[in-house]
Amino acid sequence: MSDYQPILTMHAGQPGSATRDYYLANGGYRAARRAVLDMNSDDIIQMVKYSNLQGRGGAGFPAGVKWSFVPRDDKRAKYLICNADEGEPGTFKDRMLINHNPHQLIEGMIIASRAIDCHLAFIYIRGEFAKEARLLEAAVEECRASNILGKKIFGGKYDLDILVYRGGGAYICGEEMALIESLEGKRGWPRIKPPFPAIEGYLRCPTIVNNVETLSNLPHIVNNGAEWFRGIGASPDSPGPKLYCLSGHVRKPGVYEAPMGTKLTTLIFTHAGGTTEGKKLKAAIPGGSSAPVLTADEIEDLKMDFPSLTAAGSMLGSGGIIVMDETTDMVQACYNLARFYAHESCGQCTPCREGTTWLTKVLRRFTQGRGRMEDIDLIGDITDNIGGLCDFSKGSFGKTICPFGEAVSWPIRAFMDKFRDEFEAYLPKEEAA
Amino acid sequence: MSFAFTADRKKRFNALLKQYPDKRSAALPALHLAQDQEGYLTTETIETLAQMLDITPASLMDTISFHTLFHTKPRGKYLLQVCQTLSCSLAGADEIVDHLSHKYQVKAGETTPDGKYTLLKVECLGACDTAPVVQINDDYYEKVSKDKLNRILDKLP
Ligand SMILES: Cc1cc2nc3c(=O)[nH]c(=O)nc-3n(C[C@H](O)[C@H](O)[C@H](O)COP(=O)(O)O)c2cc1C
Ligand code: SF4
Ligand code: FES
Repeated sequence: MSDYQPILTMHAGQPGSATRDYYLANGGYRAARRAVLDMNSDDIIQMVKYSNLQGRGGAGFPAGVKWSFVPRDDKRAKYLICNADEGEPGTFKDRMLINHNPHQLIEGMIIASRAIDCHLAFIYIRGEFAKEARLLEAAVEECRASNILGKKIFGGKYDLDILVYRGGGAYICGEEMALIESLEGKRGWPRIKPPFPAIEGYLRCPTIVNNVETLSNLPHIVNNGAEWFRGIGASPDSPGPKLYCLSGHVRKPGVYEAPMGTKLTTLIFTHAGGTTEGKKLKAAIPGGSSAPVLTADEIEDLKMDFPSLTAAGSMLGSGGIIVMDETTDMVQACYNLARFYAHESCGQCTPCREGTTWLTKVLRRFTQGRGRMEDIDLIGDITDNIGGLCDFSKGSFGKTICPFGEAVSWPIRAFMDKFRDEFEAYLPKEEAA
Repeated sequence: MSFAFTADRKKRFNALLKQYPDKRSAALPALHLAQDQEGYLTTETIETLAQMLDITPASLMDTISFHTLFHTKPRGKYLLQVCQTLSCSLAGADEIVDHLSHKYQVKAGETTPDGKYTLLKVECLGACDTAPVVQINDDYYEKVSKDKLNRILDKLP
């Protein structure tokens, strides 16, 4: 392994790392204090823009640029929401960041709030993370008790409070507009964009939604500078530390922090100890279940950063890597994901609601050995109808209210196209002939 | 049966109303509070809560029905929630469901006649590195095997 020193997970596993006093004793809240007392909104936005910190929630949108969309001199309240919904299959890094270092997240939220002039921020945490929600509540309380949150924080002029909000168990509430609806106490139906949340979000006020990991980077950027941050990883265009989640057929599943742009094969074979029982690698999903699957051949030399994954026809997404060895039944795996998406579609758009159900039915038929040759084309038609192909030239992109449409159709289509022989092998004999 | 928060919960509910910029935003925390207290959400609970939040019962019901963690029917004392999504499936989650189903003679979605266990198949719990994962009420049990799960279940009061 390289001599990279973890930044975001530096204190993970240390006794007491989740407490305020541990955090303060290790230089914690210096950056927030500086952001509140010595920096203004422009200073912070410029710094984060220059750092090229890209959102770690999935889409990789530059955080500083997103903040700059928040209208200035606008009478409405501004809100910051930390997205801790963590529902993307294969992803479990935010849970780790919360468990080991909740104060790093809170400090990041203070910095982001200051940048957009927000005085009430939320942590929307998936409802199943009851323990983590309690831990965050306790951390927030510690901060309120020591002038890190509340009125005139750090003895300056700035007020900020944070509320921890437990969701109700719905994957779609990780999508920022659905999350906002759910936070408003409604069903989590994504809203049509534009207007984007930065213009009209929570309670129709300017709102920024950022992922846990994105926000956890901020104290380090303020402390060490944007130039330092740009120097971490393979490319200054997509830099920084990254938490990669490895699960599936690997010897040592877990969260590994490595520089952005680390090779996927390094993560699988060095960090995670290779495939279970040393079997041959068949495929890997590189960025959560919505990222199109890559075959073992495609993974050779692949760098794990946003541009490299896009160039490879997939995406870095959430950094959730699901590894599959030669024993994996790709038809079953594909069916498993289709079933997940059918369950989680919010039901608002007809192509997504009906399409995910149909995909599941057709794929189930396959797994039961009752597939038909024409089903292979049918699956292509359905995915094309929901979210378009990975082939952008077809122009069938953005057919649904939210990107869930693409998040279903791309991965299903990739399974079909790349492992077509396995689907054909499932056909009854008379069909295959 | 009418519904009222216990004194302690009532205090927490009132605090919520002060913290949120509008009443309706307190809906999910209020629902969690009520469900923790009552076990599930009855029609009376929903009507009372809706009134407290200044919305119609129907629109609160709309929110409830969307979010899978809220339920309007009694469930077992222990909710056995087995993750069935890909990483858990690759690690043998199907066997865990079969095992529990056989052990308690229930299908997924059903409750044992004594009202003690409800078996549920759920989607990714965000802990795929420790697959297979079973959540029992609020607690996660990770890297479970049939034997390990038996030991955990036998210790439950
Ligand atoms: C279906 C769907 C599910 C999503 N789930 C999550 C999630 O669980 N956590 C998250 O941070 N972002 C999730 N996102 C992305 C958010 O919409 C949003 O882009 C992100 O939180 C922005 O934060 P970032 O810019 O810091 O990445 C999801 C998006 C979609 C379309
Ligand atoms: S694409 Fe699917 S999940 Fe997104 S809004 Fe439409 S129906 Fe809902
Ligand atoms: S797949 Fe089971 S916890 Fe993620």
